[in-house]
Amino acid sequence: MTKKANRAVKIDASGLLYRELNARLREVVSNGTQRIELRNVCGQRYIGTDLGRPVEIEIFGTPGNDLGAFMDGPRITVRGNAQDGCGNTMNNGEIIVHGHAGDISGLSARGGKIFVREDVGYRAGIHMKEYQDRRPALVIGGTAQDFLGEYMAGGILILLGLNLKEGEHHKANYIGTGMHGGIIYLRGSVEAFQLGKEVGVAELEEKDHQTLQGFVGEFAAHFGYDAQAILKHRFTKLFPLWIRPYGRLYAY
Amino acid sequence: MKTYLPPKFIVERDPERCIQCQVCVNQCAFDTHYYDAEDDEVRSRPDSCVGCHRCVLFCPTQALTIRRNPLDYRENYNWRPEVIEDIIKQAETGGVLLTGMGNDKGYRIYWDHLVLNASQVTNPSIDPLREPMELATYLGRKPDRVEIDRDYPGLKTELAPQVRIEVPVMFAAMSYGAVSINVHESLARAATEAGTLWNTGEGGLHPKLYEYGNNTIVQVASGRFGVHPKYLDVSRVVEIKIGQGAKPGIGGHLPGEKVSAEVSMTRMIPTGTDALSPAPQHDIYSIEDLAQLVYALKEATNYTKPISVKIAAVHNSAAIASGMVRAGADIIVLDGLRGATGAAPKIIRDNVGIPIEMALASVDTRLRQEGIRNQASVVISGGIRNSGDVAKAIALGADAVYIGTAALIALGCTLCQQCHTGKCAWGICTTDLALTKRLNPDIGARRLANLLRSWSLELKDILGGMGINALESLRGNRLHLRGVGLNETELEILGVRMAGS
Repeated sequence: MTKKANRAVKIDASGLLYRELNARLREVVSNGTQRIELRNVCGQRYIGTDLGRPVEIEIFGTPGNDLGAFMDGPRITVRGNAQDGCGNTMNNGEIIVHGHAGDISGLSARGGKIFVREDVGYRAGIHMKEYQDRRPALVIGGTAQDFLGEYMAGGILILLGLNLKEGEHHKANYIGTGMHGGIIYLRGSVEAFQLGKEVGVAELEEKDHQTLQGFVGEFAAHFGYDAQAILKHRFTKLFPLWIRPYGRLYAY
Repeated sequence: MKTYLPPKFIVERDPERCIQCQVCVNQCAFDTHYYDAEDDEVRSRPDSCVGCHRCVLFCPTQALTIRRNPLDYRENYNWRPEVIEDIIKQAETGGVLLTGMGNDKGYRIYWDHLVLNASQVTNPSIDPLREPMELATYLGRKPDRVEIDRDYPGLKTELAPQVRIEVPVMFAAMSYGAVSINVHESLARAATEAGTLWNTGEGGLHPKLYEYGNNTIVQVASGRFGVHPKYLDVSRVVEIKIGQGAKPGIGGHLPGEKVSAEVSMTRMIPTGTDALSPAPQHDIYSIEDLAQLVYALKEATNYTKPISVKIAAVHNSAAIASGMVRAGADIIVLDGLRGATGAAPKIIRDNVGIPIEMALASVDTRLRQEGIRNQASVVISGGIRNSGDVAKAIALGADAVYIGTAALIALGCTLCQQCHTGKCAWGICTTDLALTKRLNPDIGARRLANLLRSWSLELKDILGGMGINALESLRGNRLHLRGVGLNETELEILGVRMAGS
């Protein structure tokens, strides 16, 4: 690798429309740049889309909706909050948000990892999928709104609730409603009525602990937490009761 | 529970002709025919017959006849046999009635009340056998005006991506999983041969069909099955599916038994799992959100491909269509009341949506009134049966049409409406490997390409008769249509005059 490729390319995004910004990103990535620093980002959408290479992008400011939509490879670090649709239909890569993320984070993700330090909005992790070793993961440090993991068809969703106070519950309702694949790990408690009809609750097994070790370890490394302290708390595993939740709905 | 459902069909086996060869036993996917080893005789149980006529066509001695069971209930216009049987089925299962194919009810088919014009005396008709006839159609956003660079020489105006199709007929979205891989291959090869496009539907694209990418429309629907950068890259057009005519407002549940190993790979869900497409796309709750996905896909494909948006034709389609165009759609697709499906709740299929003729006319009118008709191509689908329907659709304002049911009929479909069972005896709407083999893609592609050739020739005849030598001159030219047996409101919405006026 040449020195030039190793150096971070700095782009000042102030005043740039998303189309201009993304065209600029395509250009620098096609030049072989490995690291990009985006300054003064303010609402520009689709950052990380159509780059197709494992480049490092560090964003200062607030990226707009659909951050990393259809993304295939890049690793994006956001020094701030992400908006709605972060990781929409993402294929591969990583998004690390040092703040909050909006609604439908990880919508239909097919692979890659998303780490959010704080909270996420509604329907996070909806319809994530998996196939063999392609297994997307969404790790949320704070809490989530309703319909977390709705229609989940695969992947791993971890909700840590680190910002919940002593004795405070997660507030999301309809967690895992329509879930027919994948797995959700919750740290902190939820009441039975908060769960969708299609999920079951189970204690963690050895392999669940291993999975958690890995992802919580990464989470802690990104945001400067003590992984063991997080893992000391009790986790609950939510799993789909049926792979065909609506199979009995119909008359043939 | 003893079923009160009477058999729908009567199976007659002519003992004189039957040679006990068991072809019918092997061909029937619904176990209607069986070999009775004790009596050493081939027999039938009519209660499971769906009337697909596979056995009739493959019987080497024409020994079989399938007739509708006359079911002579006491005559009652309200409580017809179908109504009675639906209630019986629900009383026995407690489920939502599923069905396949399009709305089979007697809603008015407006194509049958529209007639085309021809030239007589005052202008000459054209003989397409000897004179050039242009059916080529360009799909995509057209500029408001073009500027020409005289020095260059060429266009100064930057054009949005355009796709040229040689015949204004494309194959409608049918997903892999709903239909077999051999159907996809047949459609892909026929579209490539005929210079038109086929549509993957929402189940992804099998990698072995990437080579036909240049003639492929790939769909992005609420389940986002099989949507990845390569899928978008290989395609010619990307289509966002909001709805379909057979089930407006309803998501899709591909039953787990159709999720085979290969379907599982393409859709990225485990084998045997239901493939659930949520009713809405959860990133689209408004026109502004639609714009967001349209531009997400434009960004993902670096503005090299037209983005299409497909909706089911519903009451306020015209206003929605205006929003779709303003949201950046380069092609808008309207799927009408008669649009078909691999599986839909029967009550939705039969009762929701509006006839495509009305939707097309009102959308085209509205976009013209707003001065944005040039900004998107309009494609319609849902019950297009022949080239006459195509010509009428073009005259009403469509740029092109999609055909689904007609294409499947070309492949052998007899509209037995059992698509949702996954047991299609013709190897069309199934993922069962043994059944899939019944459709040879070499033959399937030939049959489909033949169909397109027939329609092209007929379209040229229709145009020639009108004295027109390019389809472009018929597009939106409603003066070439007249209504027959329509009331004033219908004529007004369709924007056509009564025959004789």
